[in-house]
Amino acid sequence: MATYSTNEFKGGLKIMQDGDPCSIIENEFVKPGKGQAFNRVKIRNLKTGRVIERTFKSGESVEAADVMESDMQYLYNDGEFWHFMDPESYEQIAADATAVADASKWLKEQDICQVTLWNGAPISVVTPNFVMLTVAETDPGVRGDTSGGGGKPATLETGAVVRVPLFIDVDEVVKVDTRTGEYVGRAKD
Amino acid sequence: MKLSKSIPEPANTSAVPKTDSTGNNDWRPAASLEVMKIRATLLARIRSFFAQNGVLEVDTPALSRFGCTDPAIESFRSAYRGSHSADGLPLYLHTSPEFFMKRLLAAGCGPIYQLAHVFRNGESGRRHNPEFMMLEWYRPGMDHHALMDEIEVLLAFALEGFFDYRPAKRISYRQWFLDATGLDPWSDSVSAFRQFAGQQLDALPAGMDDDELDPWLDLLVTHWLEPRHADQALFVVDYPTSQAALARIREEPLAVAERFELFLHGVELANGFHELLDAGQQCQRFKNENRVREQSGQASVDYDEHLVAALQSGLPDCSGVAIGFDRLVMLAAGLAELDAAMPFSFQRV
Repeated sequence: MATYSTNEFKGGLKIMQDGDPCSIIENEFVKPGKGQAFNRVKIRNLKTGRVIERTFKSGESVEAADVMESDMQYLYNDGEFWHFMDPESYEQIAADATAVADASKWLKEQDICQVTLWNGAPISVVTPNFVMLTVAETDPGVRGDTSGGGGKPATLETGAVVRVPLFIDVDEVVKVDTRTGEYVGRAKD
Repeated sequence: MKLSKSIPEPANTSAVPKTDSTGNNDWRPAASLEVMKIRATLLARIRSFFAQNGVLEVDTPALSRFGCTDPAIESFRSAYRGSHSADGLPLYLHTSPEFFMKRLLAAGCGPIYQLAHVFRNGESGRRHNPEFMMLEWYRPGMDHHALMDEIEVLLAFALEGFFDYRPAKRISYRQWFLDATGLDPWSDSVSAFRQFAGQQLDALPAGMDDDELDPWLDLLVTHWLEPRHADQALFVVDYPTSQAALARIREEPLAVAERFELFLHGVELANGFHELLDAGQQCQRFKNENRVREQSGQASVDYDEHLVAALQSGLPDCSGVAIGFDRLVMLAAGLAELDAAMPFSFQRV
């Protein structure tokens, strides 16, 4: 079993906590001048995304997590699994709904996503910050109204619903920030 | 001293090799010119304060044949090789100028202070740097309370215009814990402290012993007590005898070590003692600390026989204190980390 000493702690290091793989976000060394030293860390549970604080006695060892982050191309969804491919090795993996989670509503075929693998199996998917998606359904566009005020809901090809300006029509391609779920602009042809 | 904006950021260029894990390969200082001026101002004010008060500046060696036995403090070790020592003479970098200064006191030098770079292995973080500057001074004839009075005058004087220093509240270590945890370090069990920590902290650190109270007290000090005083100055006085370090013990009504610490806005800034004078007890403490080191797999340390001899010859009744100078600069400059309070912190050496 691979382990890390607290002396190796730094941002990005992957360790096991409570049976789940976690990533260290922040590592702080705390020690009274004449007392016990501790490492107080903020870690993100890579399965749930939840951030927690943990304290270790300095010098203790912690189990390492076999976690890899790789850029993979999204291929298709077969109804149960989302399939991704490593663009270099052409190796394919299937991620379930737990791993894909909220990313599913931004997944567009051929987009390159960041897939986190734990012991070789996908546990989370991060879509690109910006995606271009076609509007599938929205109220008819109001021609000439470019004020941007107000807006209306639009359902995109992936099923995501975002607020768009009134002038946007069905079949138009819009750019969306996946981190906030907000409309950014109309795709330039 | 103005730094050009056109200097390329080396971190992202392939021509510059990445440094090791502590690495930061930026050649530039972290402290701004403004912070450097605050450092210089504080140094000048401290020197002028002691000159006005008749305290002599001294300058003692950083290298010693003896080290610090405290199991919580690791010395850097080195060796002298060459003329007079063909086999190599083991040497320690001092972790505090305390032992040399006490030898001066025993020789009758009167009140003394020193601004010394000291070295502690394994301590690196937001508020720790393995090499840092310590302001240490000794006052013959003063007990620890009189010395705390003087610290307040010095801090108000040194920090004027930078940091609004307000007189510190004084609380006993025992009351400090009673107020914050309802537990008494002098009578409650380790398991009571474990239970409290378990209820209040997210998760307990692994590997904490059930037969030793001090690590639990340290855990609560750093995680529970210190953060409660984020906007005030607090002297914590009269420590458990197990944490006496080099302080004398007062037996009545409850055995306490006449030791104090100053927490300024949640930062551990000063540690002081009404100094232990008894050579036999000092020698015993050195030996006990080495025994603890051996039990926990740490290398034992050559303890300072010269200090024991100096105590035998007679150390005047005195109190002494050490202040982390870089932390003082950090507070004066309103910084959250030591890195920007020092010209070149550990990440940049």
